[in-house]
Amino acid sequence: MVVGQTWSHHHRVRPNPLLTYMIRRLISAVVLLFVVSAVTFAIFFLLPRVAGATADDLASRYVGKTAGQEQIHAAAVRLGFTDPIWVQYGRFAKGIVVGSEYNTGVSIEQCPAPCLGYSFITQNPVLPDLLDRLPVTLSLAAGAAVLWLFGGVATGVVSALKRGSPIDRTAMGIALAGVSLPIFFTGLLALSIFSYGLGWTAQGGSYTPFQENPLMWAYDLLLPWITLSFLYAAAYARLTRAGMLETMNEDYIRTARAKGLRERDVVVRHGLRAALTPILTIFGLDLGLLLGGAILTESTFSLNGVGKYAVDAVANNDLPKVLGVTLLGATFIVVANLVVDLLYAVVDPRVRVS
Amino acid sequence: MKNTRLMAVAAAAVLALGLSACGGSASTGTGGSGSTGGSGGSSAAPAADAAIGKIYNPSTTKGGTLRFGMAGDWDSVDPGDTYYGLSWNFLRNYARTLVVFKAAPGAEGAKLVPDLATSLGKPSDGNKTWTYTLRDGIKFEDGTPITSKDIKYAVARQLDKDTFPNGPTYFNDFLADIPAGYSVYKDKNLDDLKSIETPDDKTIIFKLKTGFSGFDYFAQLPATAPVPVAKDTGTKYKEKVVSSGPYKFVSYSQGKNMELDRNPNYDPKTDPESGRLALPDKLTVELGLNAADVDNRLQSGGLDVDIAGTGVQAESQGKILADPTLKAKTDNAQAARTWFSVLNSDVAPLDNVDCRKAVVLAYDKTGYQRAYGGNTGGAIATSLMPPNVPGHADFDLYNFKAKPQGDPEAAKAELAKCGQPNGFETNVSYRAERPKEKATAESLQQSLAKVGIKLNIKAYPTADYTKLYAGKPDYAKANKLGVIIYGWGADWPDGFGFLSQIVDSRVIRPSGNTNLGIKVPAVDAGIDQAMAETDATKRDTIWGNVDKSVMEAAAVIPGVWAKGLLFRPDTITNVFVNDGFTMYDYAAMGVKQ
Repeated sequence: MVVGQTWSHHHRVRPNPLLTYMIRRLISAVVLLFVVSAVTFAIFFLLPRVAGATADDLASRYVGKTAGQEQIHAAAVRLGFTDPIWVQYGRFAKGIVVGSEYNTGVSIEQCPAPCLGYSFITQNPVLPDLLDRLPVTLSLAAGAAVLWLFGGVATGVVSALKRGSPIDRTAMGIALAGVSLPIFFTGLLALSIFSYGLGWTAQGGSYTPFQENPLMWAYDLLLPWITLSFLYAAAYARLTRAGMLETMNEDYIRTARAKGLRERDVVVRHGLRAALTPILTIFGLDLGLLLGGAILTESTFSLNGVGKYAVDAVANNDLPKVLGVTLLGATFIVVANLVVDLLYAVVDPRVRVS
Repeated sequence: MKNTRLMAVAAAAVLALGLSACGGSASTGTGGSGSTGGSGGSSAAPAADAAIGKIYNPSTTKGGTLRFGMAGDWDSVDPGDTYYGLSWNFLRNYARTLVVFKAAPGAEGAKLVPDLATSLGKPSDGNKTWTYTLRDGIKFEDGTPITSKDIKYAVARQLDKDTFPNGPTYFNDFLADIPAGYSVYKDKNLDDLKSIETPDDKTIIFKLKTGFSGFDYFAQLPATAPVPVAKDTGTKYKEKVVSSGPYKFVSYSQGKNMELDRNPNYDPKTDPESGRLALPDKLTVELGLNAADVDNRLQSGGLDVDIAGTGVQAESQGKILADPTLKAKTDNAQAARTWFSVLNSDVAPLDNVDCRKAVVLAYDKTGYQRAYGGNTGGAIATSLMPPNVPGHADFDLYNFKAKPQGDPEAAKAELAKCGQPNGFETNVSYRAERPKEKATAESLQQSLAKVGIKLNIKAYPTADYTKLYAGKPDYAKANKLGVIIYGWGADWPDGFGFLSQIVDSRVIRPSGNTNLGIKVPAVDAGIDQAMAETDATKRDTIWGNVDKSVMEAAAVIPGVWAKGLLFRPDTITNVFVNDGFTMYDYAAMGVKQ
């Protein structure tokens, strides 16, 4: 029996609204990434030209300090700065799709797809460098995210339930400090107290890959996790507290209590569950945006992750690296947004038709 | 009401954190000089400057791991592609050159001794031909004998500045008949390179365009470290440099870390003069560290050496100097570096020597010094060449010592002479990322205003400073950069190594200059004279005179002879400042067992 065919004969095909929505969102995500790549490329390679820098001026950063004019010009030609800007962007975009080749003068270096560019300074393709450093950043992000989500939410719940008590005030005071103090301050402070003063935690620059020794991995990252999560946990604690205060005054909570449910069930299953929805939304977005926090944390703790890679690239004027990190960061944010949107669509059918 | 309470709690929390931080570190006390009877135990008691001019904690004990750390990354670890002083110091551990600065404390360290060669170079043909003979028994890490052809290849490959942009260009500038755009990667058999000859495996001969009496300084450049042609991978060679020294690469990850261990094919018997001790079994370098964290780790024992060798960060310096036990572990070493400002002769009225003299007389010398951290940052300079560069002569043409705050009366007299009795207006440039240069600009602005010289401050990005702005004569002239704040460290401690690139008017190019507008005929003539002089003592005297000519022409504001506050942890032995590199010697240091 050919069910499908029979069905299609009798009904006009109506697309699955969820599927259409997903496809629409996916297409717009790809378009967005394309726009981000074009804009970033323009910032680094077009803006300086508009501001009056010549191709040779751009190339002068990638030759030695004793280079003569002909040598600078040769570098400009080799690096492709003398081509029209759209040709340069086309080459970059083509590299992402099909890969490209770079002439280092000594040999032809392959940069397989997706080629995010080739560093003029370290003479390496950018993507393998990024992938090499990604585990550090992901480890940092994962641990910190767990800490801040659970720490922040737990603090918020307790604060809300004990509203106005010394616990509430202390917690919210610390939370305020967490939001206001920059990571390079709390990080260095934490290092000097806990690592160099008390000797409890690992010193700056420590990192052990998870697959090598999970315990050492956690030990080495403990202080960076706490420092990074301190910043975010504070915001989550305050959000949870506000959300909980609101929900705990709802009628259905009173109803739940009246039914004779245990207080723990009332708080967790009815109160927290409702207050948690907006928290989860922000959590998704924050995870995507985490690169900003990772830059500061990795620099402070001398961790060789993507964030520090970005800082070093900026310091060395290594534009292809900066471009690569920007694209990777943008991809994370776009993907996180997409996941959140899709989850919304699953949870709330009204979203699909909008 | 609620908000103020919240603020109070927050403030208390912040305070508590802050206080515990201070409590954690400050064991400040005013008792005694604290340098004797310290916690040294078995070895010498720490004392400030104990590793300057002498060896601190002498030892011949082998073993252990010497841990270096560095904020940022180096230009390259390829001996043919590096221009960092720290790199030249460190790479003696894995690369041997024809001659080398001796690993010895004090002035001995600024002396050249033969390394792979049996003696210093033998000049002939009016210093245009230099011949070196290699020692017997020298080998690469794989056991292959090192021949003169490996050294020729090494020098030849780094002539290709498209592939190796970082290193100095002395060989490009001085070797005879180098074809334009020469590259060994296009000339595999070195057929086009006529100016380096290897008549046999033991002899290498360099032929120069013009006679140069100081060629041994070129022969100590890392560029002369042998490279086996079969192992040369161009820009990738830095990932696995083939060792000719006491240590070889175990691993190297760019921007992250490096590990070296003993090279079994290094025979100390072939290395009798360099002073290399190769005490540790292993050397590690952590790269890309947070600068403040480097200082903290040195103090807590988590790191042995800050490889940069320029001293602790400004924020650590205060804490260290205030604590006698920490201060006892420091060496305030004189660098071969001067922080100075050029008075650009392209910009009127500074084309007039009397106007320049007015500026030199008027500026506040102590203000310039304060900008670089006072006495610890360096002494007030009375000329360009720092005191530890051989040939340095002590003179004070403008009475800096008598009038350290500036001499407005004398300055006004010079202004009248140059036809600007009420002063004039010009711009001062500095590198935006350098707070000390900003402070210098402000100090100059204030002190020169007293004689009617108005300075407008202009900041430029460090990376493009010499390429696009201050070092590009067209730009500097068009934008009236009359005073250009700058600094310079010697490529090696000698008049040529310090002065030639910053005062010789003939090295000025369309961009990327390090001579930022000094054009004094007497200076150029003096340089030619020095380059032709073979007698080292006479040559040094001539370089001293060149320095004096610069000051007579008031071509620069000399600023500060830089010093760095080096931190010396308890974990290291055999520590001394090498005057050749003006930092701790990285080829002689050991680890406490």
